Amino acid sequence: MESLNIEGSAKTPTIKFEPATGKLLIRGRSIPENSIEFYKPLVDKLEEYAGSPQSTTNVDIQLEYFNTSSSKCILDVFKKLEAINAGSSEVVINWHYEEDDEDMLEAGEDYQAIINVPFKMVEMEEE
Amino acid sequence: MNLDIYDFYEKMEKSNIMLSFKGEVTSELLTSILQIMENKMENLEESPKLRRKVYNILVECLQNLYHHIDHEKNGASDSPNKSAVFMIRKDGEAYFIITGNYIEANKIDLLKGKLEKINSLSKDELKEYYKEVLNNGEMSDKGGGGLGMIDIARKSGQKLDFNFLPVNNNFSFFSLNIKVSPN
Repeated sequence: MESLNIEGSAKTPTIKFEPATGKLLIRGRSIPENSIEFYKPLVDKLEEYAGSPQSTTNVDIQLEYFNTSSSKCILDVFKKLEAINAGSSEVVINWHYEEDDEDMLEAGEDYQAIINVPFKMVEMEEE
Repeated sequence: MNLDIYDFYEKMEKSNIMLSFKGEVTSELLTSILQIMENKMENLEESPKLRRKVYNILVECLQNLYHHIDHEKNGASDSPNKSAVFMIRKDGEAYFIITGNYIEANKIDLLKGKLEKINSLSKDELKEYYKEVLNNGEMSDKGGGGLGMIDIARKSGQKLDFNFLPVNNNFSFFSLNIKVSPN
């Protein structure tokens, strides 16, 4: 299974998913007008990965901004991870936020309340 | 009609308008506006917290306009005008994001109901409502699924200040005025 590499832009995040190591990274800004289209390759890839996942799946979410159009797509990604976690892989979602970004921390907690996967809230220092 | 540009300038100056736009809202325009506002707030040395709040709320407000116009284009409706207006002003420490766009008369009740519901909720209730709508499995074709206004209310920490001005039998002009304070 091939890796998925999407380079970030002004409105879309960098996405790196390596099925061979079970590592997923989403980093940057996610504010596209049409997020369904943008997230589809990742959702499809995770669907494929769910068939033969690694024993652990490590997810890093490092978003600076995301719009509400992205928030449902991110939930879709997390639902795929929930299914993978319910299967044969142990999933951890590391939710990164800048030290004084309460809104981003709260957004992570909102997902944590909905999704049955262990979340780790990771505070980052300001640049 | 003689356009008195100085009068325009004076009014904008007095109202502390940082940026204003009237016309069709495109994806490229939004990218530019967001970039301009980021630079302006950086030059004004606003706190990262305020910058993030203004940016987030601006994204939601402008994308509401973008999707609305897009909808009018694809719909069969005969809008009097496809353009929208928005202004960003700073008064004291607070930023104000003001948007205006036409809305079909038959859509007013639904939108008004949503906005009134949001305004009736406390901070904690808004959080619960956000999670409920996030997880309701419904997705608009653009992916928003009705979260935008809830998010604006949550992030601004203010009641939504809106108005519907009747223009003719078929259309009203919908405006939204969002205050974003440092605290």
